[in-house]
Amino acid sequence: MTEPLKDSSTDIAAQFGARIRAATAAGKPLRLRGGGTKDWYGQELDGDVLDTRTYSGIVSYEPTELVITARCGTPLAEIEALLARHNQMLAFEPPRFGAESTIGGVVASALSGPRRASAGAVRDFVLGAVLMDGRGEGLRFGGQVMKNVAGYDVSRLLAGSLGTLGLILEVSLKVLPVPVGETSLRFDMSEIDALTRLNEWAGQPLPISASCWHRGVLTLRLSGAEAAVIAARQRLGGEALDDGVAFWTSLRDQSHDHFGGGALWRLSVPPAASAIILRGEQLIEWGGAQRWLKVDDCDAGQAAGIRSAVAAAGGHATLFRGGDKRLGVFHPLAPAVAKIHERLKQSFDPAGIFNPGRMY
Amino acid sequence: MNTAIPDPGLLADIAARREQVAAALRHVLPSSAILSAPEDTRPYECDGLAAYRQLPMIVVLPDSEAQIVAVLGVCRELNVPIVPRGAGTGLSGGAMPIADGVVLSTARLNRIVRMDAYSRTAVVQPGVRNLAISEAAAQHRLYYAPDPSSQIACTIGGNVAENSGGVHCLKYGLTVHNVLRVRMVTIDGAVVELGGEALDAPGLDLLSVFIGSEGMLGIVTEVTVKLVPKPATARVIMASFDQVVAGCEAVAALIAAGIIPAGLEMMDQTSSRMVEPFVRAGYDTNAAAILLCEADGTAEEVEEEIARMSAVLQTAGASAIAVSQSEAERLKFWSGRKNAFPAAGRISPDYYCMDGTIPRKRLGEVLTGIAQMETRYGLRCANVFHAGDGNLHPLILFNANIPDEFERAEAFGAEILALCVAVGGTITGEHGVGIEKIDSMCVQFAPSELAAFFSVKRAFDPAGLLNPDKAIPTLNRCAEFGKMRVSGGALPFAHLPRF
Repeated sequence: MTEPLKDSSTDIAAQFGARIRAATAAGKPLRLRGGGTKDWYGQELDGDVLDTRTYSGIVSYEPTELVITARCGTPLAEIEALLARHNQMLAFEPPRFGAESTIGGVVASALSGPRRASAGAVRDFVLGAVLMDGRGEGLRFGGQVMKNVAGYDVSRLLAGSLGTLGLILEVSLKVLPVPVGETSLRFDMSEIDALTRLNEWAGQPLPISASCWHRGVLTLRLSGAEAAVIAARQRLGGEALDDGVAFWTSLRDQSHDHFGGGALWRLSVPPAASAIILRGEQLIEWGGAQRWLKVDDCDAGQAAGIRSAVAAAGGHATLFRGGDKRLGVFHPLAPAVAKIHERLKQSFDPAGIFNPGRMY
Repeated sequence: MNTAIPDPGLLADIAARREQVAAALRHVLPSSAILSAPEDTRPYECDGLAAYRQLPMIVVLPDSEAQIVAVLGVCRELNVPIVPRGAGTGLSGGAMPIADGVVLSTARLNRIVRMDAYSRTAVVQPGVRNLAISEAAAQHRLYYAPDPSSQIACTIGGNVAENSGGVHCLKYGLTVHNVLRVRMVTIDGAVVELGGEALDAPGLDLLSVFIGSEGMLGIVTEVTVKLVPKPATARVIMASFDQVVAGCEAVAALIAAGIIPAGLEMMDQTSSRMVEPFVRAGYDTNAAAILLCEADGTAEEVEEEIARMSAVLQTAGASAIAVSQSEAERLKFWSGRKNAFPAAGRISPDYYCMDGTIPRKRLGEVLTGIAQMETRYGLRCANVFHAGDGNLHPLILFNANIPDEFERAEAFGAEILALCVAVGGTITGEHGVGIEKIDSMCVQFAPSELAAFFSVKRAFDPAGLLNPDKAIPTLNRCAEFGKMRVSGGALPFAHLPRF
């Protein structure tokens, strides 16, 4: 348990508020930025940088309540180190693209790691948030409890908002115990077979906590009670992977070979979608639901081909990293959905100053 | 009873309006789908919160998305408010009608469109009952995890509206964690898909703000839910504690040991003494608190977890521990907890059920506060507690026939909710705000936050016609407080367990 911080946070928040109000009054864009480890992600960077890192610190952590509350500028590494001391974790396994990564950026980008398919995404663990809107006002949504249905669930909406609705000042996240047992297995398997097996296994009570298919090899991670991990390992067979931790970390942080060079597309599809035939190489995670397509280069025609193939499979494609952003980073929205987006943006950020163009 | 007293002038206005709206609706719906005579609309005058009643002007029963689009078109054209309704089991008056409004029942949209074991998904219409999904999935050894206590009757559309939970949500999550996609119609008549069968969708996560929006943002026409493998087995531990606080500390110790039980429920002595004569669950009525702690999974997993949990509970000072030895015994241990509400109705003419959530470590303090209030208000209160997630259901026992007991019970309830907010909790964990707790929203949210909620509503429903005046109070409402009132111990749907 941590004592509430007694520091200059109120002053810093007041400064943020003054700066936001001035920006709104002048109609001048602000670029909300934590450690800047994901500057390459999203459509456009525009505006004067508002650096959130001065607003840092863990506000409260109650291991027995499974909740941590931290200010936006708190380094992810600090939070994960504290949780690890209590044998707990952020179960969505956020990627660390750099040591400077902050919790505000983790929530704003809503990128989840290998455990996502079994444990849930960032939004599934957001319990509450304080948002500073375009009027410079701090709005508190949700709370620090697991069950809360008072008011619309705006705090979860902030996960993945890329700072376009306002400045996430503070966030409360549900945490989970680190699994007691964990082991990794490898199988030689074709893409089609791997997708089939992953979907079949997902319908059985097996403790699969991560999966990766790449170049004819399927790697699985099993996590849970010792007995469950041992039983599943016996049942599934395969070959034990010695350094599982390093492997899954390389996927989480995208230091794995597959993620270097070229244009990287993230294909988010129903896990049951069969193999999607596209030029380039694919690495498949999340039981089939997240497929990373690496292409050397990509023109407008190819981008359209990727989007239509993925849409036909029931998903959406993001030009995640590299490539020509003029092709459009995020998947186009249906008109009715785009209209709701515009109205939400307008209500939280009437002058349109927060990260304009970062998402659409 | 909060039944509106009809004003003759108003009634005449409504009668004329009813004729006008019904005539327009008859162009888009078969007459069998339109109810307008009071004897036909009477069953819709309240939901599970029976103390609040209002006869609707008209009830429509569309059986297709196209009909819903058409109904919304008529209502938009004529500026008629719409109250969506599933099974009407809600406990906060979210489906309470509006005198000059239309109730849109999803009862006829009750088809399971697709059940796919390979992708572990079911596509269902909003009027499909929660339990019907799990029953249909059972042949594939799959089920839909959220299990609100009204699950045999409540519908998935209502679950989406309320973000319903259940006793297993600490481990398996709420509706928001188990719904992949919602298809809905906005007041503009646009058909909108939120989420999808992929694990995320492009743009803002509108699905998560839609779930739990109490029917105020759009009318659900189809839902894709996630199905999960059925645990092979489950066992429950029943532990007794001499002090409530010791029971709470035991829960904290379980979590600290890295255990997430499938179910974790606590009852105070008033509750166990209330239910034991009723269900004979074998509860230790001398214990200050009883904790039920469930493990599920494979047989090996359950055995390992039961052993670990028993050890933690012993160390935490449990005065007695019993582990269910059979499925029948497991259900027996649970029966008392699941029958707490009916048992309250049996020993007291009336009761209020509160639904606050608190940080668990503040439970001792909150229960002490409630005990002091019992003395101050001269009323008894039994407490049942979803201990894993901090959701507290105090049941205030009173007799409405005794002058001023109702008013005292109301004030008592309001004070409990204010205490929940004061210790860092919330006024509603799972029952929703609806009409019942709308005034307590003022205790929890600042005017700027309430304004933000209204702007979210406008983003989806600029016309403000979908379930207006529920869940989010206008500032000039922020004065009164209302609670769930159960008269004569009889809940609507009295056969459903409530917990």
